Amino acid sequence: MYKGKTAKGRHSLSLSRRRFVQGLAAGGAIAALDWSAGPLLGETELHAPGVLTGDHFDLTIDYLPVNFTGRHRLATAVNGSVPGPTLRWREGDTVTLAVTNSLKEMTSIHWHAIRLPSGMDGVPGLSFPGIKPNETFTYRIPVVQSGTYWYHSHSRFQEQTGVVGAIVIEPRDKELITFDREYVVLLTDWTDTNPETVFSNLKEQSDYYNYHQRTAGTFFSDVRKMGLRSTISNRMMWGRMNMSPMDIADVTGATYTYLLNGNTPHANWIGLFQPCERVRLRFINGSSMTFFDVRVPGLPMTVVQADGNDIEPVTVDEFRIGVAETYDVIVQPRDNAAYTIFAQSEDRSGFARGTLAPALGMTAAIPPMDPRPMRTMADMGMARMGGMNMAGIDGMKAKDMPAMPKNGTAQDGMKGMAGTDMGTSSKQSMPAKDQGNTPGAAQPSMAGMDMSGSSEKTMPEMNKADMAATGKHAMAEMLMGNAAGTIPFPQPRPNTMPVPGAGAIDVKLIPSNPVHMRVGPQVVGVAMNPREQLNDPGSGLQKNGRRVLTYADLRARYRGVDARPPSREIELHLSGNMQRFIWGFNGKKFSDAEPIELKLGERVRFILINDTMMEHPIHLHGVWSELENGHGELNPYKHTITVKPAERVSYLVSADTPGRWAYHCHLLYHMEAGMFRTVVIS
Amino acid sequence: MTPFLRFASTPYKRRPVVHICIAIAICLLLRLGVRSNAQTSAPQTIAPQTTANPPLMDNKVFVHVLFDQLEGRTNGPDNEFRWDGQAWVGTDMNKLWVKSEGFLNAGGMSDGDHEALYDRPIPRMQYFDAQAGIRTDLDSGPKRVWGAVGIEGLAPYFFQFEPTFYFRDGGHLAARLSGSYDLRLTQRLIAQPELEMNFYSKEDPARGIGTGLSDIDTGIRLRYEFSRKLAPYVGFAYDGKFGGTATFARQSGDAVANPRFVFGIRVWD
Repeated sequence: MYKGKTAKGRHSLSLSRRRFVQGLAAGGAIAALDWSAGPLLGETELHAPGVLTGDHFDLTIDYLPVNFTGRHRLATAVNGSVPGPTLRWREGDTVTLAVTNSLKEMTSIHWHAIRLPSGMDGVPGLSFPGIKPNETFTYRIPVVQSGTYWYHSHSRFQEQTGVVGAIVIEPRDKELITFDREYVVLLTDWTDTNPETVFSNLKEQSDYYNYHQRTAGTFFSDVRKMGLRSTISNRMMWGRMNMSPMDIADVTGATYTYLLNGNTPHANWIGLFQPCERVRLRFINGSSMTFFDVRVPGLPMTVVQADGNDIEPVTVDEFRIGVAETYDVIVQPRDNAAYTIFAQSEDRSGFARGTLAPALGMTAAIPPMDPRPMRTMADMGMARMGGMNMAGIDGMKAKDMPAMPKNGTAQDGMKGMAGTDMGTSSKQSMPAKDQGNTPGAAQPSMAGMDMSGSSEKTMPEMNKADMAATGKHAMAEMLMGNAAGTIPFPQPRPNTMPVPGAGAIDVKLIPSNPVHMRVGPQVVGVAMNPREQLNDPGSGLQKNGRRVLTYADLRARYRGVDARPPSREIELHLSGNMQRFIWGFNGKKFSDAEPIELKLGERVRFILINDTMMEHPIHLHGVWSELENGHGELNPYKHTITVKPAERVSYLVSADTPGRWAYHCHLLYHMEAGMFRTVVIS
Repeated sequence: MTPFLRFASTPYKRRPVVHICIAIAICLLLRLGVRSNAQTSAPQTIAPQTTANPPLMDNKVFVHVLFDQLEGRTNGPDNEFRWDGQAWVGTDMNKLWVKSEGFLNAGGMSDGDHEALYDRPIPRMQYFDAQAGIRTDLDSGPKRVWGAVGIEGLAPYFFQFEPTFYFRDGGHLAARLSGSYDLRLTQRLIAQPELEMNFYSKEDPARGIGTGLSDIDTGIRLRYEFSRKLAPYVGFAYDGKFGGTATFARQSGDAVANPRFVFGIRVWD
């Protein structure tokens, strides 16, 4: 049922006709839904997606004429709105969503990170056949979680052309985050070009949209700064590999207009507040290809939730939000003044902008964009180009580090102990920084050795300290052999009881098969020395004078619910060839690769190693991804994990929901180019 | 009577031009055709079966046509039209690659070289494709058909590099080396030095070809990219004949060295 908007979700603003024409979603003008409720009938008003509440929702996907840039284009819209309406669910309800396809092509809606039976996940070809034109598919979802999420089409490029919207799920129990007012801040990128053409252009010329490349001009300015010799050697170094340090984003502001709740920067979405109110901003990156660096100049932001899961509040000036991630922040403006919400794209080719103000018509200054970031040789992991033999190098590394029994493996083993009392304290003695120093390159080389043996070496002390061997063994068997993990775990809450994982120490960790990456048409390079960079805010954000959120800051507010250690590791390299615009895992794109098989109930560690020069937000459908960022049992639950260039990241997955799930890079054009795997849980 | 003029005066002269025009038209139509197909036929092609309906299409067929040179060359009295283009249709791993180049002037068409190649990325190489197929010398001269084997791709330091070897009946071997480099002066103003060299193992007097290095076509073009796909340019080009080929040219009263200004448009889609 439509209930129109709620007062909190949306505010109207009258604008002159001229400003409307210059850059506003025609979606707002055409969507009668929004207009009927507008207080300023007959006048143009600011568009923001409407809000639907209840437990039944009728959604129609249809074409919609829009005009964001002065040119008329056809978007794909949900209920006549781009982005689509915000859906407000209540935890504990079973919601039904009847989605009608009024397009001339197949469509679908995927409920991003919603825990549901796989048939309701909305991925054509995996969870269901898709929704044919003029057909209605009814999704039925028992809502077992709360937080900020979003939905989008999983059919070709419809996400790019507008089938995107926010989901807000209110907790069944008392909301544990206190705030007086809330807004969804949904960031998207819009292009007037047909996305099929964008994709085709990238295949022919991968730097098609990069208008910030090195030129003769930058050469001379670099010579002035660095001297002739180092300027030339730097250019030779990059040139030798046919790579560019300016390669930050594949699709840029050259074609994108960045939107905040469907409004161009010029149109300026406004959220109202009363001074001293605690305002909760639910940031969602619903863009197709854009990482945003978000800040509200003058207002510190307290991050309280990440990817729908509460975290220990951490106050920052700025955060980078990867595609598909969500962050909820609390701001508390005390002055009777306006503040700009400023979300610049990572490559600084444009920004989305909105305003928080105590009254309509107030605006604040728009800050200049920061200097454009450049990739460094470290981002390449000192990438080794050409046909050198990976195995040889790994062997060498292993030899160089005989005195490091506490390599990644052993530590990971200890992380697995999170369920025990030891978990937290041992974590504290192992700051994330130390883990970061552990050379990830050692990981593959260890694969040939007996992993369980090496972790046992470090385990005995813990055994003695914490647990009696007998009884625990039986428990482990019960946990691993029986029902544990085959029923979906609840989202962590103050009252959720972790599944005891104490005895599971006897579980033998089966390491991943070593992945031997070789350069080729689908693999330009292999990061020789990938490393954890959880303390690093990312390209262009280091030492910018602001407190920037990092993954190391994400400490869950409630203990994880599955304390079992992983029984298996799966190592995947994020690989690609930028020039050819081919992307994949382990050097294979989707159509060349077999599905990843998980056994229902098992707990698995995914290890991602990024061999490319770009960030990839990796999203596993259906289950949580518990980022191993050194907080032990308080490791955060996420659904999308951004892996920086040359970074090694690991996370744990409880395979508790059977089905065929999508696993992919959430950069839309990377996914369509093949950076996608099927994960089968059975 | 020179070989070129002799053949230029035959009725045969116009036909290659027509062929080329048809080939280009087909390429462009194919380009449009595939695109409109993609937009209209999607509902029909997606089967309801999950197996027949993959969640993404990472083996889509793309079509691209690029004319690196589409230009007039002049030194005042001597004017020629020159084109040098490539087109490809296919997936990431399998492509049909078409190349065409030649000169048109009042006397007819010369240096007409048209190739149809199968193209596939070379394993273990990041940036190079192997190509094999046929080349036809189709212009106002006598027709020749060659087998062609070559590679094309990006050498280190962003050099576009394209060596191809040819063979035909009678033990004739030939090679062509071509390369270019894009030097960015600004984000849209790009200088492109370019070089093409042709070698032959045996002489072919009918086409005015001597042994060894036969000819060089080199130049530098300064283009302005209004968009990536549309870039007018001005520049300077030199085409020269060497060795036996130069001798043939002298005998027929043709110029051996042609330094000329060029103006044209680089266009792709």
